[in-house]
Amino acid sequence: MICLLAGAAFVFGRHRAYATSGKSISTLHSLPGHYGLYALILTTLPAVALLMFWSMLAPRVIEVLLLADLPAAMQGWSQEQLGLLLNDVRNSLKGYSVASDNPELITQFGERYQDMEQASNWLLWITVLSLCAGGLAWAWYKIRADHPARHRVEAVAVTGLIACSLIALLTTIGIVLSVLFESLRFFQHVPVTEFLFGLDWSPQTAIREDQVGSSGAFGAVPLFAGTLLISAIAMLVAVPVGLMSSIYLAEYASQRIRTILKPLLEILAGIPTVVYGFFAALTVAPLVRDAGNWLGLEVASESALAAGLVMGIMIIPFVSSISDDVISAVPRAMREGSYGLGATQSETIRRVIIPAALPGIVGGILLAVSRAIGETMIVVMAAGLAANLTANPLEAVTTVTVQIVTLLVGDQEFDSPKTLAAFALGLTLFIVTLILNIIALQIVRRYREQYD
Amino acid sequence: MRAAEDTTMETTNDQAAGIPGGTQKEDEKLTSEAAIETVGDITVENPRIQCHNVDVFYGDKQAIKNVSIEIGRNEVIAMIGPSGCGKSTFLRCLNRMNDIIESCVVKGDIQLDGNNIYSKSTDVVTLRAQVGMVFQRPNPFPKSIYENVAYGPRIHGLVDSKIDLDEAVENSLRRAGLWDEVKDRLQQPGTGLSGGQQQRLCIARTIAVRPEVILMDEPCSALDPIATAKIEELMDELSQNYTIVIVTHSMQQAARVSKRTAYFHLGELVEVGDTRRIFTNPQHRLTEGYITGRFG
Amino acid sequence: MEQRTVDLMQKRLKRRYAAERRFKWYGRISILIALAFLLLMFINIVGKGYSAFQQTHIRLAMTLDAEDFPSDISDAEALFAADYSGLIKKALRNRFPEATNRRDKRALYQLISPGASYKLRDEIIANPALIGQTVEVWLTADDDVDMYVKHPPKGDAGGEPGTQRLSEKQRTWLEQLRSEDRLAKHFNTTFFKAGDSREPELAGIWGALVGSFFTLLVTLCLSFPIGVGAAIYLEEFAPKNKWTDLIEVNVNNLAAVPSIVFGLLGLAVFINFFGVPRSAPIAGGFVLTLMTLPVIIISSRAVLKAVPPSIREAALGVGASKVQMVFSHVVPLALPGMLTGTIIGMGRALGETAPLLMIGMMAFVVDIPGSLFDSSTALPVQIYLWADSPERGFEERTSAAIMVLLAFLVVMNAAAVYLRKRFERKW
Repeated sequence: MICLLAGAAFVFGRHRAYATSGKSISTLHSLPGHYGLYALILTTLPAVALLMFWSMLAPRVIEVLLLADLPAAMQGWSQEQLGLLLNDVRNSLKGYSVASDNPELITQFGERYQDMEQASNWLLWITVLSLCAGGLAWAWYKIRADHPARHRVEAVAVTGLIACSLIALLTTIGIVLSVLFESLRFFQHVPVTEFLFGLDWSPQTAIREDQVGSSGAFGAVPLFAGTLLISAIAMLVAVPVGLMSSIYLAEYASQRIRTILKPLLEILAGIPTVVYGFFAALTVAPLVRDAGNWLGLEVASESALAAGLVMGIMIIPFVSSISDDVISAVPRAMREGSYGLGATQSETIRRVIIPAALPGIVGGILLAVSRAIGETMIVVMAAGLAANLTANPLEAVTTVTVQIVTLLVGDQEFDSPKTLAAFALGLTLFIVTLILNIIALQIVRRYREQYD
Repeated sequence: MRAAEDTTMETTNDQAAGIPGGTQKEDEKLTSEAAIETVGDITVENPRIQCHNVDVFYGDKQAIKNVSIEIGRNEVIAMIGPSGCGKSTFLRCLNRMNDIIESCVVKGDIQLDGNNIYSKSTDVVTLRAQVGMVFQRPNPFPKSIYENVAYGPRIHGLVDSKIDLDEAVENSLRRAGLWDEVKDRLQQPGTGLSGGQQQRLCIARTIAVRPEVILMDEPCSALDPIATAKIEELMDELSQNYTIVIVTHSMQQAARVSKRTAYFHLGELVEVGDTRRIFTNPQHRLTEGYITGRFG
Repeated sequence: MEQRTVDLMQKRLKRRYAAERRFKWYGRISILIALAFLLLMFINIVGKGYSAFQQTHIRLAMTLDAEDFPSDISDAEALFAADYSGLIKKALRNRFPEATNRRDKRALYQLISPGASYKLRDEIIANPALIGQTVEVWLTADDDVDMYVKHPPKGDAGGEPGTQRLSEKQRTWLEQLRSEDRLAKHFNTTFFKAGDSREPELAGIWGALVGSFFTLLVTLCLSFPIGVGAAIYLEEFAPKNKWTDLIEVNVNNLAAVPSIVFGLLGLAVFINFFGVPRSAPIAGGFVLTLMTLPVIIISSRAVLKAVPPSIREAALGVGASKVQMVFSHVVPLALPGMLTGTIIGMGRALGETAPLLMIGMMAFVVDIPGSLFDSSTALPVQIYLWADSPERGFEERTSAAIMVLLAFLVVMNAAAVYLRKRFERKW
């Protein structure tokens, strides 16, 4: 409907411009198309904005109105009970059968709900259409040969672009606010110090108040330790393998081999993590366990080693592509200087190129670490749930991301410390990765500038 | 004996060089079949390096065409010529630096003290330790001044103790005329020095390996005149102990530092001879044209 | 006179060359490790998954007595209510009359999937003329039968104890059926047509695929215009000041924020604050949009940066305004490159799982989602759910689903590579 109007407005604006110009385009200030767009913007933009605003707000307003004249008996109901009631009303409108204590109330409310919804829709359409008409009339009045339509249209376009780029900023603010807000609520239940330094993690809130440990324990140290352990194993795999393969590709391999091998290595980065998780849980973990048993070691079936190994493989391409970049950025003159003195290729690489590229490599490794810490699916599928505080890679450990997932998946009430704890963990994760990223990006950038 | 040949050949040379604007193909055909016979004395008494019929190809492109030249012991020889004439390429053949470039193929025969350096039995690491190289742009390693100079002795295992190494570093820096300027900041990064100091550091780094020949690829082109003067002075001193091959785009520099001069043109060695003679009495038209500034 | 360098260095030369060779081998081995892992993973997944594209069926002679059906067989609704699983049970009893006691009967019925009766129902409703005849019908076998047929136990031991889910009797019956040519593997259409199910033989990926499609549709419709718009602004119009610096740093950092944090954002903001329906593709689309935006912005900016200034100057030189210059000259040139970046971003979004778990797209959804607001799941989430299921039949289906997912990713990346090759321009 609005699209139709928009098209009409465009044609109309162009036509109007022609008419006022006395049939000669050259007297117009802007191109006819600009006038068309101008009319289009005036007609549709306010209407669309209103439409979006309205449809976001209308249900809330209706709810408030509906709840305003509740029976006296229900005035004292809590927010949750009211929410349940409204849910029942909506479901009954959709034709689902609703089990409720007082069906009359539900049907009564349902009817009123429907009435109000209808009224709101009518009102909405009338306002939207009149806004369109008003915009169109305004455009008709404004469009003259000397009207600077182009400037107006361009101003709108640039504003739109600014809005687009602000979304990126809003995302960060959204992340920070949402996570921070919920975390603060969590810290009302559990002190920050206990969360950060507590050694015991068992977030199950008990069903009965008098049960032992009914409040749950929220000491996140075992999670941090588990995360670090798995990330460390991953880095032990990824750093040497990634670094050496990028060195081989950059320094030894011929052009032809490089063009074949590099994309092959990058495939590793393109495989979804859930696939790695599946592979880790169903193939690598049993393999590690069997190998351990064969060696006479006791290995948990969800050992940190299996998850870490697979995660390390996943991270190889990150390490190798960044170190490839940095190694290639080391000037040729540096290599020649070393060769010219009679150094072998490996001596040149170890004693000149790697020291020269070190800052960049360190930055790349930091990025990879932040990647490992934030990685979710592999650990969710292959690492355990039990929060063990151990440095033994053969035991099962749990990580921050695993706990976030387990705490938030399934039924949840939003006030329990259990769900809120997930946000506190999320906040920690966000801050740590953010710091790592900022440092890493800074190091890499400074390194690049050095050789530019 | 050679001189007689030269006179007889001169007319043909002139003809070959005189063909104006022949197509690329014709040029190549003419030149690759030794159209230009080198003028002047390519031989020396007691040669250290002997090159015979050297060709260098980058892929399909021929960069050096049939160059033969001998370089004497403790001689400073300058290679001059317009840019892109292959003088640097030729220089890099002498310690096999061209091996690094994948597409580069070297043909012909280059001997150091009578041993073919491109033969299978020659070890390139040993060769480069014997034939050191200084590059166009100063390229100190991102290490301390001390470590820069100590790099060569360390990798080659030339010294046994820290004291010997200290001594070797000091010696090299002294001979490069840099000691007094840096002796108080040996542990600071070599990249912090000025351009001229960096280049002298690179020379010190090269002589720390105690090579027998030093190749210099336009060592002063990135330096200011004062730094250049210092380097030239240094070359003069070094020439007492080393054979030095210097590529330069500056004829004045060639005239100042070298005993012999070789003139390259489009990958060919046109003329070689005593520096003074080349500059005062060039025998080949192309050499004359370059010296008198008609092209370059 | 000092010793010559040449002589001094000879004693170490051998060791140095050995170190050189060693070092080179480290590099080769590293690459080999990475590639071997890749190969192992592919072989493992394909090896496990290819069998899921076939499903075992059992052919039974069904006697469709008219008395088992309502009298008016043209009434589809009445036909719908007939007892089809009873028919199947009867056919089974007819075939194996030796099963008389209750336990044997139950074991016998277990050979056929509980979903087979629905298929039979649909067939009969589509062709009521069959009633009154005896027809041979292929019925979907149970997943345990399926596994037994696909991976027959080795030797006489009957496989490892505990893994054998079929009883001795059931196996004899199956061997009898096999000898009568009543046991066969057919192409598994259910896998591509059905939604999720608790029974492996009835579970399919179509529901997840549709869910993924809707989610990506939302993501594409939002992230492409917004991402390109932001890139254009930052690259072409933004003044150099603190704000744009902030946005730039911010975009770079967002690209490295763990995906699960985006899930938390989606849960807290979209679902709890704005009331977007939980588990719906629209919520997933919003979250994935925010995740893909930085990727698209960064790649689009790189493309815009590569458009040479001469083109801008030429456009400005003939009197175009800056906006006109950007939209009619720079953007069209950069569009293929931006599309490439978008496809790559979409590929990443397609494989993303963690944030979708957060916003509840891991619900058990049997129905195929019909709109952006229906509860649904997505392909990678489906993989996660199946990977967690204990039935062996799900293991092969998980691998098969992974193969489908990887096939989509390969197609998308190939498209991106093609676009890049086709429109690549060297300025």
